[in-house]
Order: sequence, then C-alpha cells, then structure tokens
Amino acid sequence: MRKLLSSTYKEMLLLSRDMGGLVILFVMPLVLIITITLIQDGSFKTINNTKVPILFVDHDKGNISEKIFDNLKKSDAFEIVTQQDNVIITEESAKASVLKGNYQLAVVIPMDLSADLQKKVNQNVSKILSDFGVEEDTIVSDEFIQTKEINLYFDPAVQKSFKNAVINNIDKMISKIESKSIYEAFQEELSDDTSDDNPLLEESNFVSFKEINPKEGTIEIIPNSTQHNVPAWTLFAIFFIVIPLSINIVKEKNQGTFVRLRTNPVSYLTVLGGKTMTYLLVCLLQFLLMLAVGVYVLPSLGLPALQVGSNFVTLFIVAFFSGLAAIGFGILLGTLSNTPEQSAPFGATSVVILAAIGGVWVPVFLMPKFMQLVSNISPMNWGLSAFYDVFLRQGGLKDVLPEIGLLLLFFVITVSISVIYDQKKRAV
Amino acid sequence: MNSPVIYINNVSKKYKNTDFFSIDQLTLEIPQGEIYGLLGPNGAGKTTLISMLCGLLKPTSGQLEINGMIFKKDAKKIKQAIGVVPQEYALYPTLTAYENLMYFGAMYGLSSDNLKINIAESLTYLGLEKFAHKKINTFSGGMKRRVNLIAGILHNPSILFLDEPTVGVDVQSKNVIIEHLKMLNTNGTTIIYTSHHLTEAQKFCTQVAIIDQGVIISTGAPETLIENTADARNLEEVFIKLTGSALRDYA
Repeated sequence: MRKLLSSTYKEMLLLSRDMGGLVILFVMPLVLIITITLIQDGSFKTINNTKVPILFVDHDKGNISEKIFDNLKKSDAFEIVTQQDNVIITEESAKASVLKGNYQLAVVIPMDLSADLQKKVNQNVSKILSDFGVEEDTIVSDEFIQTKEINLYFDPAVQKSFKNAVINNIDKMISKIESKSIYEAFQEELSDDTSDDNPLLEESNFVSFKEINPKEGTIEIIPNSTQHNVPAWTLFAIFFIVIPLSINIVKEKNQGTFVRLRTNPVSYLTVLGGKTMTYLLVCLLQFLLMLAVGVYVLPSLGLPALQVGSNFVTLFIVAFFSGLAAIGFGILLGTLSNTPEQSAPFGATSVVILAAIGGVWVPVFLMPKFMQLVSNISPMNWGLSAFYDVFLRQGGLKDVLPEIGLLLLFFVITVSISVIYDQKKRAV
Repeated sequence: MNSPVIYINNVSKKYKNTDFFSIDQLTLEIPQGEIYGLLGPNGAGKTTLISMLCGLLKPTSGQLEINGMIFKKDAKKIKQAIGVVPQEYALYPTLTAYENLMYFGAMYGLSSDNLKINIAESLTYLGLEKFAHKKINTFSGGMKRRVNLIAGILHNPSILFLDEPTVGVDVQSKNVIIEHLKMLNTNGTTIIYTSHHLTEAQKFCTQVAIIDQGVIISTGAPETLIENTADARNLEEVFIKLTGSALRDYA
C-alpha cells in the first residue's frame, strides 16, 4: 500500500508540474463544452441577433410569394436579401452567389405561382362540388396546370441538417398556404359571405402536438442542448486523458526511470496503480468542473442550465467507471508505444474515432446499421448511454449497471493486456 | 577467496532477429566484497551481461545466480538485494532530488524515517545537501550522476551494479563518486562496474574481466594483468594488446 501511495504522490507531482498537460486536461474541455453548446443550441435560434442571410428571388409577385416572404421574415432566423448593390437579384446571380459560398441559401419563387395555385385550387374545388351536384357559377376548367417548383440553392458546404430543416419549414409553409387557399375557394363557392370576419371553416389545426417530457417529482425535465452536450463532451474530455497518460508511460520508458523501476522490487501493477489513481482523480475533477459549467456558467451565456436533480451520486459513479475505461486505454497505448510520436497522434485519433462511433456527434440511431453495430464496441457509447439514462431518461443506478459493467471490464482487459505484454517483453 | 555472490554459468544471449551471440557461453564467478570491473570495447557485451545480472534481460541459455538465488524463483528477493546505477540519468527531471530519492527509496520498501536519514546522509556526503529541493533538470551532469548513484544505494544493497557511473562528469564529481563507492565497498558492498575509463578502472577495481565479442578474454587483478602482459605498462595497454586497436562500430 505504501508503494502504491508513493507512486500516486509521484504521479501527482509530475502532473502538477506539466503545464501543457494540465491545459489539455482541464482548460480544453471547458472551452470545448461552452463552444459546442453555444453552437448547437438550436439550428435557427438567434443568438445575439445573428440571422442567416438568404437570397430571395420573386418571379411570382403574387400573394403566395408575399406570404412566403413574410413567413421567412417572421421566423427571426433569416435576413432576407432581395437586392445586391441596389440591383434586384436574378436567379442566375443568386445561384452564383450561393455556389461561391457568399450565401448559404437562395429561394427562387417561380413565375405565376400564385395564379396557377389559385387556378388549380379552383379547378379541384369546382370538380368536387360538381361531382356532388352542387350548382356553381363558374365553369369547371379542364386546362392542364403545370406543377410548380420552388428552387432552393444551397451552399455545397452547408450541412444536411440545415438543409432538411429549411426544406421542412418551407414545405410546411406551402402546405398551410395551399390548405388556406382550398378553404377560401370552398367558402367562395358555398357561402354568400366571403369576408374574413365569418370564415366557413376554422383555420386553426384540429390536430396539435404536445411533447411529454419525463418528470422528477412535479418538475418537468426538458431535454435541451445542455442536457445533451454536457454529458457527451464530459465523456470526450475524460477520454482525452489517453494522450497525456500514454505519453507519461512512454516517457517513463525512454528516460531511464523505467529501467530503475524494473530492477526495483516493485511490480508493474503497482506502478500502474499510481498512475490509475492520479488520472482517475483528474477524470473526476473534470467531471465536477463540467457539471459546474453546465449548472452555473452556461446559464450566464443565455443557455439552458444543466439539470442534475437528485442523480449526482449515480452520475459520479458513471464518471468513475468511464474514467477507469479511459485510463485502461491510455495504459495500453503507452505500454505498446515506443515513442511519444507514436502514442500522441494515435491516442488523439482513436479518441476522436471512439467519440464519433460512440454517438457524441451523431446519435447512434441515425447511423447506418453497420455503424450502429460497431458503436457497441465503443466505451464512449457505453458511458454516453449511461449518462443519458440518468440525465435524460431519469434512470437510477440499476439502469446503468450494464454500461458500468462493460466499462469496468474494458479497464480490466486493457490493463491485463498491458501487464502481460510488459511481462512477456521483459521477462527474466 | 570469498565465496561468489555472482555465478554466471555458461550463459549465452542472442537477441531476436540477429544471427550472432552477444554473450557466448560465458562463465564467470564474482567473489563477495570485490570491486569487479567488466571492461571491453564497444559491442563486447558488457551492458548485455549487466542487464542480465540486473534482471532486465533473460539469457538465451545458461544460468545466473545472485547470492545463490535465481530470477525465475526469487526475482523480488534478488531485486531487494541489488542496487542498480544505470548509464542514463534514471531520474524524473521535473521532480527535485529529494522527491526522486523519496520515491525510489519507497519503492524499495524503506520506511519514511530511515529513508529521510539515508537521503540526508547521502546528499551531504556527495556534496548535494544544498540542492536537495531543486529540480533535477536544473542540475549539472556531475550533480545528476551523484543523485543517480544515491538512488541506487539508498537501501544499502549487498551488490551494486554500475554502468559507466562517471561518464560525462567533471573530475571533482568523479572523485567524489569513486570515493563514495570505495566507502560502500569497505562496508561490505560488492561492486560490479563497467567503464571505458581504464585508468579509473586500474585505480578503482580489485578484479577485472576483459570481455570481447561476448567472451571473456582475461580476468584477474589489474596489477596481475599488467605484469603478465608483455610490454604493457598499464591496463589500457593490456586492453589494446588483448582486444586489438581496430575500431568497433556497430549499427
């Protein structure tokens, strides 16, 4: 025990005098979590009055294009640009601007959209009424009316999520406009009073949506960017200790101190034990700092506060075992590597890959089937799943036992491989 | 003659992916209480031999006995009995001399009080008491060598292995190190020592073995070897006569 405590104290001294290592371990994750949460807090949410400028080309000049324009403006997410250098933008110039990356989006309303939509609606309404034998003043027209397309030009660098969000919003807008046109057409045909004061049909939706969120007692736990990001990036920060830890082990091997330790009556396991205890403390400190940022700092930046509730102990346990898994990986990498030039880039890249397949950036359920299978082997997936069980699904210790078990097993396997590898390589 | 504390019995060592033996069927006995020099040109096998004796390498064949024990059965006991002073500075540069010594002493299982006394005495004897709480990376080469030595002897080993203990140090540091080693030997420590400094070995060692290409060329007290080698006035001339003057470069 004394040897283990002495090893731990030595590691703490070494770490406390490594300014670069401390910055990587503590400052970088805090900056990361604040930056990512700010960026990801709603695709179209305006923060500090920032709006996405988009080009709007109106060939229609009718009430439909006017409504689309008004709706886009009302959304508060866009700054609508219709002129450049006092010249009305054309479709060609809009397309060129977007493809160059000067703007993320151009919306081009086709000619005669309003007129043709009205004609089509009238045609359909008249046909329906005629089929029911309702007399009408207008003659049902058989004229073929070409469907209309609103052209959307996106900057090729724009992410798919932004594209999908814009398309869905515009689609919803158009559907609403079309529905209203249909209602108005029916009203015109069937009612004598066509004023807006006495509409024939209600315009409001019959079906609405209500999101039911889990509750802790009577308090509703609303998922938000903070609840998603703090656990994900905390885990990322915890696993980043792979880099300084593996470099620590490689340096120990290369600077001669390892020779002394190997001729000393202390086991490699005790030496690793000291490193494990030190870096576990680092992981837990990182976790506490990240929680503190989520609870106190993010709200001061206008972001939702992290809701920890009464789950602190379970979260701490998840962080503990996630830390062990990260340490095991770092020990294995340091044992197998011969130089810091091997361990550092490999460590950094593998942490990024584990984060990617673990669901830190893209949720696992959105990945292709094969990648969903692969994600099952990522310790970050297990850790993140456990954090989400607690943060978002109000799970308890029992619910995270499978993930904790896997994290512990990962630690045991990686350290065992390290010890056996060291023994085989250097056995007397 | 004293009983051997080290018995090397027909030991050979062949590294992986090589087709020659670094140590080739070497047999040697090192008596207790000697200051035993292992001398030889570059690539002779001195470091390989010392590494096997310290437990860093495994022989390809043959047997090594340290104080009557073998590594396969009594590795921990052997490591408790031996001290090692490697050629490189086996110290943590960002820790102080005191912190390094407290750590390595603790790894030998020394109690805190004994350790503090040992450290204080050793630092004083080697002229480093004022620098105890300075970081190693601020030390000169000679100072590092002295701390390197202290780290290997804190637990009062009965056998001490030193690989080039005075390389790259100033004359004053070298003298202090050699005097301290002589004192340890007087107190009962058997010293096994490699060096390229043959003048130093001639003055310091009680017995030497000259090794070349993995085999022992000659053994004996330095004065005896000089007497028995024609036209040799010192150990260096004995060495050249026995190993030749050709350059020994290996890659």
